[in-house]
Amino acid sequence: MSDSHISVQDVHKVFQSGGQDVHALKAINLEVKQGEFVCLLGPSGCGKSTLLNAVAGFSLPSSGTITVDGLPITDPDPDRGMVFQEYALFPWMTVEQNIAFGLQIKGTAKPAIQAKVDELLELLHLADFRKRFPKDLSGGMRQRVAIARVLALDSPILLMDEPFGALDALTRRNLQDELLRLWTELRKTILFVTHSIEEALYLADRTVVMTYRPGTIKRDLVIDLPRPRDVTSPAFNALKKDLGQLLMEEQSRLNQDEFRAAAVD
Amino acid sequence: MKSYQRAASGILVPLVALAFWQLISSMGWVNATILPSPMRVLVKWWAYLRPLEAYDPAQMSHLKWVVSGELIQDAMGSLYRVLVGFFIGAGLALPLGLAMGYSKLVYGLFNPLIQVLRPIPPIAYIPLSILWFGLGNPPAIFLISIGAFFPVLMNTVTGVQNVDSIYLRVGRNLGASRLTQFTRIILPAATPYIFTGARIGMGTAFIVVIVSEMIAVNNGLGYRILEAREYLWSDKIIAGMFTIGLLGLGIDTLMSRLSSHLLKWHRGLEQA
Repeated sequence: MSDSHISVQDVHKVFQSGGQDVHALKAINLEVKQGEFVCLLGPSGCGKSTLLNAVAGFSLPSSGTITVDGLPITDPDPDRGMVFQEYALFPWMTVEQNIAFGLQIKGTAKPAIQAKVDELLELLHLADFRKRFPKDLSGGMRQRVAIARVLALDSPILLMDEPFGALDALTRRNLQDELLRLWTELRKTILFVTHSIEEALYLADRTVVMTYRPGTIKRDLVIDLPRPRDVTSPAFNALKKDLGQLLMEEQSRLNQDEFRAAAVD
Repeated sequence: MKSYQRAASGILVPLVALAFWQLISSMGWVNATILPSPMRVLVKWWAYLRPLEAYDPAQMSHLKWVVSGELIQDAMGSLYRVLVGFFIGAGLALPLGLAMGYSKLVYGLFNPLIQVLRPIPPIAYIPLSILWFGLGNPPAIFLISIGAFFPVLMNTVTGVQNVDSIYLRVGRNLGASRLTQFTRIILPAATPYIFTGARIGMGTAFIVVIVSEMIAVNNGLGYRILEAREYLWSDKIIAGMFTIGLLGLGIDTLMSRLSSHLLKWHRGLEQA
């Protein structure tokens, strides 16, 4: 395991819901290499976000360990920058203030912050929007700012929780391409949660399919399609069909659960 | 609607009301002592506004003379009490509200007492305030600060409690210390609520100043309209009331301008 960067070992996560124990994660083992792009794929309630939050350090596992470069995770850390679906930009800060915030916390000198912010504004095509407040930006622009905000910290690991889930299809593809460009340029390790099969196939080196309650790993699939990927190619669509099948099984278990819950109500 | 049309339609109802008022006065349908005509109110208003004595450079500067009229002196007296009372009340409420919103422990300690005291109208403190502070500005300022205290407190508590937890998660992820979380995330996130509280508190302060002047002070707009009643000067009463209304409107407009300027990042104020 010497080349393993993020290591998840026998992780369980149990929480209480309505007086019942819910096994959100069960016996999860996952090794992610430096520079790898891994997607966690599954229906809602499969624990993929729970796993991401555990790696982020927001909510630690009930048992098992998660290590980064051999060191166990105990707290959130700027080394593992998180991008949220709901952007979570600070609305009272302008675009550049949002990007600079992490560096200010770090105590970076002002000129260095300015240089870094300028570089990121350029890199994410945000230069014209630097003085805007988040409310005056489109969803796609906001997510660019959120990505710039974590890139500012030079974290080796990016954790992304359905970052493009709220965007329209075109903006989404556009940002996926941007992310791939940044990933190739900056060689980050990316752990990316999505429920879109196509997104996982388009982006990831590896796709980890998770099961619905208890959250376990159903399939760990290496996507060795050549990049840039052609979403219309037969190989892409064959994989899409396979993964679709896997996912539908989990989706139907989720549906059954919901019908049962509705019947009890 | 164009802006001049909006302005014109806004002035329509007041004009009709004024015309009706003038009509019933001119026709003698109401006793002039009970309801004087708008014209008489206006004349009285002007007399109330003007300096009492002729300008004498040896006595005072020109500016001092201009503001020496009874109305301006009264308005300044009321305004002074409102501002001092408001800043004392809000100044005490803000730190307590931040602490109560932030810490469940502090909230648990203070909330029961606050909930018992909050429904007591500031006016109910009048007897105690006179007992404790005598007459003049101190009891008035005491009452006003009570009036401003609770709205600022309650809104600050709510503001801090309602800070979206995702901002705090981002803060932790970026490595913010607890102090940084507080000053750079919780405080700015709560400001829209705090400003709303301040605006309500200022409104309450303005109500309380008039009442307190009727009881404990012998100048100010509240005192003046009560004094005018002693002489059956209904024209002066009404002139004083309109002054109170305009002053209140002025303060509220200033507060709302200030908050939309400081909160220009905030969605909710786009239309305001």
